[in-house]
This record gives sequence, structure tokens and C-alpha cells, in this order.
Amino acid sequence: MRALKFAALAAAAALVGIGLASAAEAPPPPQKNWSFDGLFGTFDRAAVRRGHLVYKEVCAACHGVKLLAFRDLQRVGYSEGEVKAIAAQVEVQDGPNDQGEMFKRPGRPADRFPSPFANEQAARAANNGASPPDLSLMTKARKGGADYLHALLTGYGEPPKGMKAMEGLQYNKYFPGQQIAMPSPLNEGQVTFPDGTKATAEQMSLDVTTFLAFAAEPELEDRKRLGVKVLLFVIVLTGMLFAVKREIWSALH
Amino acid sequence: MAAVQWKNPVIKWIDYRLPIFTMVHHDLVDYPTPRNLNYWWNFGSLAGITLVIMVLTGIFLAMYYTPHVDYAFESVERIMRDVNYGWLIRYLHMNGGSMFFLAVYIHVFRGLYFGSYKAPRELLWIIGVFILLAMMATAFMGYVLPWGQMSFWAATVITNLFSAVPLVGEAIVRWLWGGFTVDNPTLNRFYALHFLLPFVILGLVGLHMWALHVHKSNNPLGIDIKSPSDTIPFHPYYTAKDMYGLGIFMTVYLFFVFFAPNFFGEPDNYIKANSLVTPAHIVPEWYLLPYYAILRAITFDIWFIPAKLIGVIAMFASILILVLLPWLDRSPVRSARFRPLYKQFFWLFFVDCLILGWVGANPPDAMLMGKISLLVIGQLATLYYFAFFLVIVPLLGIFERPKPLPESISAAVLKPGAAE
Repeated sequence: MRALKFAALAAAAALVGIGLASAAEAPPPPQKNWSFDGLFGTFDRAAVRRGHLVYKEVCAACHGVKLLAFRDLQRVGYSEGEVKAIAAQVEVQDGPNDQGEMFKRPGRPADRFPSPFANEQAARAANNGASPPDLSLMTKARKGGADYLHALLTGYGEPPKGMKAMEGLQYNKYFPGQQIAMPSPLNEGQVTFPDGTKATAEQMSLDVTTFLAFAAEPELEDRKRLGVKVLLFVIVLTGMLFAVKREIWSALH
Repeated sequence: MAAVQWKNPVIKWIDYRLPIFTMVHHDLVDYPTPRNLNYWWNFGSLAGITLVIMVLTGIFLAMYYTPHVDYAFESVERIMRDVNYGWLIRYLHMNGGSMFFLAVYIHVFRGLYFGSYKAPRELLWIIGVFILLAMMATAFMGYVLPWGQMSFWAATVITNLFSAVPLVGEAIVRWLWGGFTVDNPTLNRFYALHFLLPFVILGLVGLHMWALHVHKSNNPLGIDIKSPSDTIPFHPYYTAKDMYGLGIFMTVYLFFVFFAPNFFGEPDNYIKANSLVTPAHIVPEWYLLPYYAILRAITFDIWFIPAKLIGVIAMFASILILVLLPWLDRSPVRSARFRPLYKQFFWLFFVDCLILGWVGANPPDAMLMGKISLLVIGQLATLYYFAFFLVIVPLLGIFERPKPLPESISAAVLKPGAAE
């Protein structure tokens, strides 16, 4: 009987492992070592700052991160003063005022990152009919998460023989369908990092992915820090409960 | 069992008028429980505790959630980002759903293996089937609330099933939607029902416990309690054992909450619902995958009955057939330990359910190793699912020769000569 049970469990394990290959699907993105992976993961502060710069100078022309507030940046080491200065760089529509009119004012830490287009129609009109998605949740909203995002940003190249990308689309082997409307966004030397890091396409992609992972899960560090404590607690508690159970049942056995 | 004599005058005063302390003593302290329950018997109380966690976390989520198509998605993100510990409450609730189903499925398979559905526990079992159905409805409607892509398209697919009903199908679907498509009225009513149904489940759990405490727990030997030496008081023995099991369960649960909170989810649900963009693969949560596979396995009409209708009937029948199980299984022996053939068919059935879940998770046109169509695997697995209940179990009741049963629980469990 034990053998039969074992066989059942083995079959279950095998089922989980079987992947179904399908020709149309993109290759799995290569796995990277992210600073925010693992039980003790935190966002690499320097990478977030560089990624923020890449986002601001490259991505923000077309993509918003509308769920992220400027004050969230304090969670990854920006000072209050820095956050105020960053927020003040943008203009935010507010109102109506006493005269009933809408007005523009400098951004405040509680404001969210402004989106580049007023609405989806404006975004499509400016981008050949394609709407650049908001990036607030990108690492959570795609299979493969951060690995996929990095693979996509650096996955442009010449299409294989016999395939030609359609008018206005680029070949990208990691994009589902292999044809993407976004032109290859990152080129070497496109930004100048104040910390002296060389701005290769690979580096910029890793950094902006770290920034977007933070944008998607600003609670990640709090979550993991609390999680380690909570798990240690329940594991010790469970050990003690096991001892109690054994003690109580010892009279019966 | 003699009535308890309460010493504390306040307790005595209350208990004389409302014997709540006597009831607790009777049902949680003195309650006679078979002495041989194994760890599979932990999952009933684990499911109950998870239900309480779901209700509590759900109430706090409801304080911040906005059931409107324009705000639902953003209000969930507000809970995740701006509400103090909102991410913790939401991830507890999200993963709690999966843990609830995990506990309940183990509980159900335990009942199947040890024959807990047999006389005199038929009603106890049937109430359990209705709890399972109510859980599925609750889980499905809860999944719609974040108003992500999977929320919207799951709601569309599942409500459209009712269009298979002859003649009035389309009318029923429009009535469910409150309009001509899944829209704001649908989201509003799903929210109202998602809040209501857990309390229906709590009521059903009350009945489940009531029926349980009439004839007491079944046990791994599947034989009746015959004398007081077959039982031990619930407290401290099973309170201690349940607490230890709860510790392990919470460790697993909290690991997912803190370190892999989206493990059971679909990435597509972090994209806001869009009625103009259909996701590549619409899949339900893991705990509904086997039924999804059964639904999709029926691709052929029978006479004048369209395949879609048969699929829907098969899907609902796959759960409702459990209601008939106490009468389909004619074997007088409860526990599979003494039923050599049933035991093997049971484990096949278990693997069959896993296969159905796996088929349900994959696109219907997928091929295994490029050769075997998943559709055919799903059809064979569906065939076995129903054959198990309708053919194998009834025949085993007639032809199987069970092993001899022990004389009593205590005789089987206690070493000869042990004190008691």
C-alpha cells in the first residue's frame, strides 16, 4: 500500500513538472539575481536611483507609473527634502479654486507620478495606434516578472530568417507573438548616471527593472522583514506545541 | 455524563438561565472522541479556523474596497500601498482562499478514504457538500472583486455557462449580469453576495458540527464507538493535537503570505479589466481547475442536447454526485484500511483529480509531448471520475471481500495488557 501511495504522490509531482511546449510561445526569460529576491531581499538603493533616472529620461515619455506616489520614494532611501524637490519638478492640475477654476501647481510628496498622456485615446493617437501600458504593476502583471521585463527590454534583434516584422512593429523574441510596437528603448550612453556607473543597455535595463519592481511592490521590504520574524515565531511556537502534544499524549501511549 | 457543577457564582447564574458553559464543556472539553484519530482528522478544525480568518480579514478589506468598475482595481491597490498593513490583510485573504480549499479538499478526501459519509453520517456529509458548493460560489465572486483581467473574464465565462440552459438561458444570463454584459451592476451584486455567503457557510458549518456531535467522529478503523475506553476527552488530547497541526498549517500559510503572496494567482489579474482585450488563456484559480477540465471535456452533442449544456451539467454533477455517494456505496465497511480494492481505486481517483486539475490549467488544444491531446486525457479522466462513483464504488460494494474488522477501537489500538 505504501508503494501505491508513493506512486500517487510521484505522479502528482510529475504532473507539476511537465511543461507543455508550444511553438508560438516565447522562450523563458533568463533568470537574473535581483537584489529584491529571496527571504531577505531588499531593493538595491543605488539601482533604484539609477532606474528612477532611466524611467524619468527614457520611459516617462510614453509610460506612466500612476500608482506610485512621490512619498513612496522615502521607502527606498530618498530623504524628505529630496522627495519634495522631485515632486516640485512636475506640474499637477488641482482645483477648482474659489473662482471655480482649475489651476496648475507644483507637485507635492503626496501626489502620484503624472502620466504622459491625458487618456488612452491621446496615447494611441501619439503612438501609431498602440497604447503604452502604465508600468505601476508591470513586474507583477507579467509571467516571469522582473526577469521577463529585463529580457524584453534587451530582447530586440534581427528576426530569424523567413520572418519579417510588420510595418511599425519590431522583432523581440521575448514578447508574446515576437512583434512589439515599442522600439528598442535603451541605447548605450543614453543617460549619464551621477554615480559614474557605465550606462550600457544591460545596466540601464537592470536598473529600471529594479525601479519598476519597487513601483509594483513598495511594501516588499516591510513584508519580507516582518515575514522573517513571523515565520521564526510560528516555527518556534509549533515546536513548543509539538512538545506539549507529546507530553499530554504520553499518558495514553 | 453528569452535569457540570459550576463554582463561580456568575457562571452559575448565567449557566442556570442559558447553559452556554455546560454546552462548551459538553462539546469541546468532555466531548468523547475516538482515541485513534490520525493527523488527517486535523483538517476539519483547520478549515473552520481558516473560515474565521477569511471573515475577519474580509471585513477589514470591505472597509476600504470600492465596488465600482471605475475604482475597484485602484481601491485594491490603495489597500496594498496606502492602508496601514493593508498588504498584509489582503495577502492573508487572497492566500487564505487557497489554504481554505486545500484544507477542505484534504478533509473531503479523508472522508472518502475512511468512509466518513456512511450511515449514520449521511446528512453530515451532504451538509459538507453544500458547504463546498457555497465556498466555490464565494471564492468565484471574491475573485471578481479586484476587477483585474482574470476577474472580468472569469465572470464572463462562468456567467455565460448559464446561457446553456434551454429556452431561458439568455434571459438568466442577463438577469445575473443586471445588464447586457458583465458591468457595474454585476460587480455590485457579486460584492453583496461575497459578503453574505460566508455567513451562510458559517450557518452550514454550525449544522455540520451539530450533526457531527450526534454520532461523533468517524475514525481510521471506521468502526463504531462501543465503550468509553474507545474514546478520550476532546480536551486536552485533541485540543493539543489540533493546536500542533495549526502551527504547521500556519507556517505554510504565512510562508506564502510573506514570501510568495502571488504564487497561487494569475499575473493577468494585475492588469485592470478591459472588455476589449481577451487574455490569451482564461483560467480559474487552482481549486476550480478540475471542474473546468470536466466542463471542457464534453465536446460532443448527444442527440439533440448541445455539448455546452452537457458540459455544464457534467460540471455541476461532478460535485452533486457526492450527495448520492452514501447510497452508491453499499459496502458495510467504512475504512479503506479493510477494503483492499476500494483503497486502490481511491488512490487512482485521487490521481485522476490531479490530472483533471492539470488539464484544466492548460489550453484545451495543448499536446503532451507533441503527441497526446490534452483534450483526450481530460475526457478519459472525466470518464474515470464518473465511473468511480457510478460503476466502481457500487460494484465494489457487492464484489469486494473486506478484511476482518477489529473488535473495538481500544482492542485494536491499545497494546495487550496496557492499563485502562
